[in-house]
Amino acid sequence: MWTSDLTFMMLEGVRDTLLMTLLSTFFGYLLGLPWGIVLAVTDKTGIRPNAVVYKALDVLANILRSVPFLILLILVMPLTRAIVGKTTGSAATIVPLTIAAAPFIGRMIESSIKEVDHGVVEAAQSMGADTFTIIWKVLLVEARTSILVGVTIAIGTILGYSAMAGVVGGGGLGDIAMRYGYYRYETLIMIVSVVLLVVLVQIFQTLGMRLSVKLDKRK
Amino acid sequence: MAEMIEVRDLSKTFETDDGKVEALQHITLSIQAGDIYGIIGMSGAGKSTLVRCLNFLERPTSGTVEIEGKDLGAMTEAQLRATRREISMIFQHFNLLMQKNVIDNICFPLVIGGMKKKDAKRRAQELLEIVELSDKALAYPSQLSGGQKQRVAIARALAANPKILLCDEATSALDPRTTQSILQLLKEINQKYGITIVIITHEMSVVREICSHVAIIGDGHLVEQGRVSDIFAHPKTAEAKELILKGSGTDRRTLENQQREMMKGKCCIRIVFSVNSSFEPVIANMVLKFGQPINILRADTKNVEGIARGEMILSLPDDLKIQTQMKAYLTERGLAVEEVNGYVDE
Repeated sequence: MWTSDLTFMMLEGVRDTLLMTLLSTFFGYLLGLPWGIVLAVTDKTGIRPNAVVYKALDVLANILRSVPFLILLILVMPLTRAIVGKTTGSAATIVPLTIAAAPFIGRMIESSIKEVDHGVVEAAQSMGADTFTIIWKVLLVEARTSILVGVTIAIGTILGYSAMAGVVGGGGLGDIAMRYGYYRYETLIMIVSVVLLVVLVQIFQTLGMRLSVKLDKRK
Repeated sequence: MAEMIEVRDLSKTFETDDGKVEALQHITLSIQAGDIYGIIGMSGAGKSTLVRCLNFLERPTSGTVEIEGKDLGAMTEAQLRATRREISMIFQHFNLLMQKNVIDNICFPLVIGGMKKKDAKRRAQELLEIVELSDKALAYPSQLSGGQKQRVAIARALAANPKILLCDEATSALDPRTTQSILQLLKEINQKYGITIVIITHEMSVVREICSHVAIIGDGHLVEQGRVSDIFAHPKTAEAKELILKGSGTDRRTLENQQREMMKGKCCIRIVFSVNSSFEPVIANMVLKFGQPINILRADTKNVEGIARGEMILSLPDDLKIQTQMKAYLTERGLAVEEVNGYVDE
């Protein structure tokens, strides 16, 4: 039977999932935004080509992106313990989530920036703008819509990863689905967890897309 | 008049996957302060590369570019950026910030230059009045027509009080009427503010309309340069002749093709009238004198540097002796005479 205890547990699950997702997205962008900017700028078609820097960040992104998340989760446990003090629970999941999200976010930022019309960059250069100004006032402004779509995708993906962390006791809705649904065959709890996850992704997707359309001045 | 832009022995080579491409070779030209200087050539001739060398958006492989006597190649990055603020540029596709409104686009070079936002806005409003777009201050570029976008780009280019305005095919994406109004605006800017203007184009009509001087670029080389009126009356090279004959605009291409058909196998000459020669009925007198009919294939007046110039293409009688005499007769009366057969037959 469904009890108020279960309702409370589900609400806690939603809270933990939200916290994990949003904090990981935040830290992910803290690393991924500069990562993607440097990738776009140092590429051979960028405004400051630098083959060495580009290659280093390019290879690192590829390596991190090719490790399956579940394995990365276990691989970085020593680091997680060093930062958070433990390897289970929501707070501990933020560390591997951030590490998995950063290169993925970096790639999305890189591609968003590369979509910016080269002519506008050339115009800024002809006005005597320096590299920092071009990045800050031209590239990021013109790529704004595309970057926001990226944020929406990132949140959805990270939310999915956070549920995966439930396998190793990560906390949140994924953890609940794992413990009750898988180990105890409580199908109802499993289904409720999944529905809640779907609803959360829907909400972020809708909000993100609305915001990016609203901020797009191209039409 | 002072030298504004001095280009010496400039060459530019691009390294591509298919090997080296020599875009420009040994270009030397000088542009005086206050000139409207046209650089004309077919597409792929290298003129866009040349204009980008004038503000070092492209670094020349060899040779120098001096702006008011200062060598761009010897400058540090910071000095170069400071110099670029005095050399504005407008583009074929306008290159406005699509996510910023008109006023913020115009403020952009001022903010880069360190002006306070409030002062920049005031200056932007003034500029919008000059380009007659005050009512569009808060519109976004996507809401404007091509001509309006180019006006915004011109306002943006003028914002930082530049000494030089580079125009890279600035009217090529516009219809003929809009082109006219943009050219008129550029002319006004040149006269009112004394800004030196360099115009890159593939259309002779643009050069004829507003340029005082022209350089003709063909296949990476500078083939001819001088005053527009001189080159228009006495084109020396095949490239110059071709551009002048083509210069009537695309809408007349069919007519020109028909003329070429008629010119085949005939002795044809192109004559240019200057102001004083327009008074005497030269052609009529010539026909009376020789008692031989001539065929006028084309007659036109063109506005060259504000002076009406007559241009005619005549098909002469087949008799070689009379042809020679007729040419001499016209030359005696101060007309520029030039055979156009060779060009037509190619």
